[in-house]
Amino acid sequence: MNKERLLDLYYQMVLIRRVEERGAELYQAGKIGGFMHLYIGQEAVSTGLIAAREPRDRVITAYRDHGVAINCGISANEVMAELLGKVTGTSKGKGGSMHMASVEKNMWGGHAIVGGHLPIASGLALGDQYAGNDNVTICMFGDGATNIGYFHEALNLAKTWNLRVLWVCENNQYGMGTAVERASAVSEIRQKAEGYGMKNERVDGMDVLAVYEASKKAIDYVRTEGKPYMLEIMTYRFRGHSMGDPERYRTLPKPVPNRGWKSYSRMCS
Amino acid sequence: MAKITMREAISQALWEEMERDPAVFILGEEVGVWGGTYAVTKGFYDHFGPERIKDTPIAENAIIGAAIGAAMVGQRPIAELMTINFAFSAMDYVVNQAPKLHYMFGGQFRVPLVIRAVGGGGRQLGATHSQTPDAVFAHFPGLKVVSPGTPEDAKGLLKTAIRSDDPVLFLEHATMYQVRGEVPEGEYLLPIGKSKIQRPGRDVTIVTYAKGLELSLKAADELAKDGVEAEIVDLRTLRPLDMEPVLESFQKTNRAVIVEEGWKSYGVGAEVSSRIYEQAFDYVDAPILRVAQKEVPLPYNRTLEQAALPQVPDIVAAVKEVLK
Ligand SMILES: Cc1ncc(C[n+]2csc(CCOP(=O)(O)OP(=O)(O)O)c2C)c(N)n1
Ligand SMILES: [Mg+2]
Repeated sequence: MNKERLLDLYYQMVLIRRVEERGAELYQAGKIGGFMHLYIGQEAVSTGLIAAREPRDRVITAYRDHGVAINCGISANEVMAELLGKVTGTSKGKGGSMHMASVEKNMWGGHAIVGGHLPIASGLALGDQYAGNDNVTICMFGDGATNIGYFHEALNLAKTWNLRVLWVCENNQYGMGTAVERASAVSEIRQKAEGYGMKNERVDGMDVLAVYEASKKAIDYVRTEGKPYMLEIMTYRFRGHSMGDPERYRTLPKPVPNRGWKSYSRMCS
Repeated sequence: MAKITMREAISQALWEEMERDPAVFILGEEVGVWGGTYAVTKGFYDHFGPERIKDTPIAENAIIGAAIGAAMVGQRPIAELMTINFAFSAMDYVVNQAPKLHYMFGGQFRVPLVIRAVGGGGRQLGATHSQTPDAVFAHFPGLKVVSPGTPEDAKGLLKTAIRSDDPVLFLEHATMYQVRGEVPEGEYLLPIGKSKIQRPGRDVTIVTYAKGLELSLKAADELAKDGVEAEIVDLRTLRPLDMEPVLESFQKTNRAVIVEEGWKSYGVGAEVSSRIYEQAFDYVDAPILRVAQKEVPLPYNRTLEQAALPQVPDIVAAVKEVLK
């Protein structure tokens, strides 16, 4: 990757961080309402992942979607306008924090029902398969979402019907206050893909280039083989689950804002 | 009597029933270590331990399905759905299994299950997280649907629900946890399926429940300034529906407005008004009006959301209309 690209990735990550820090302030000031889930700590995941897609590849994610929206090319202004409930927002102020989307940028929404968008992702890929193209659908979701039936039904269908979906689990160690080991039968979530005969890989999500390389390979595989693939990207959310989380459940250290979290990458390897 | 909040009243009922009966346990998302998303079960995990306060995976089908199974073999689980909107992710268990098992197997099975869930709009949570779909659940025979509007009723009805041998869906409202009221301490049980006059009046009958009660009481105060005395009947239970106090009141006032937070189409107002027309047609002096949510998915934007939800002035206007 040349210097310009590298700087661009860095710029995107910093932009996400700044937009969300400002968002948090506006939330505290009462200008933003509802549920707002910050992506702070996880920026390298969607930044590396989405840098590896072609513009025709579709992206769909959960409610932790501000970063994903920015990486897909939605402007920070539009994201902020949506947070503020303005008609100039990505969803005309009807959706709010959890519902950023842009058909033009091939970003098919943040979705607020945990796991609910996974079967829809299979459907996006089904639509493309039916149309006879080789677009890839990139579907992002949390570790907690792999415990609900939707996940299993969607992966099974994708594998059985050879749908071009790249399943991306962002394992940030917790679903709300519940640590992965307290909710999931296997704590290495990529193993769940094995059950559906699907190739998979675990990646260090604190390293944007590692995410980029793995994503590039995975997207190529999905496109050329015409089969789904799953990435489990190891990351950590630095803030609460959403605004107003008392954070009494943490056993892992709480990272110092803006100082990174060096120990984490080592833990993953 | 102590004045406590709706949250405290619900919490008290749960705590007392758990202390009383070891068969009672709670399962749901974030009910334990977190202390409940709405802090209703705060302190429970430390006191009752992980065996009786069970944090579950995010898996609504498994939560309700497993609660049904445990109930069938004699336990008394209280399954918490983080919000009623997630009941749609477990719809088969909530409406197609729990309410059917007793009847369909000739009375052999019992399902002493309580499903607690919070619903309601007004918190800018967007279309999938703000619904008041109470009427949907009240459609199914075999499922009792309770939705209190005061802390006192919340405590008395929840305790009865926990002791009931039938599945009960207990609906709380997200913006009412801070509502305060007098609540009897200790043993206090109210029968499920009894409506109640919450405010006496002679000019018009307002039929409502839950959030609608809060709004209707305010509207009644407004109307009183113009000399209109509204009688408010609180349904408290949507199934079984107790029409007696409604009909008694209507036979006196001959005019009614029905207030609910859910959508008007096929809703609680439709049910109640048609029962009034069926059972008290000769007493009708004006068309019965309904105040309900505008027929749109709830928007995030605060102004739009408030415009879509029923408000006090809507009730006042409807009452004035039926009194014309
Ligand atoms: C079906 C459903 N159940 C419960 C919730 C409430 N809820 C919202 S986010 C969340 C935790 C999800 O955790 P995870 O999938 O790990 O994603 P993360 O928040 O960590 O990004 C829960 C329980 C929901 N939105 N939908
Ligand atoms: Mg998570």
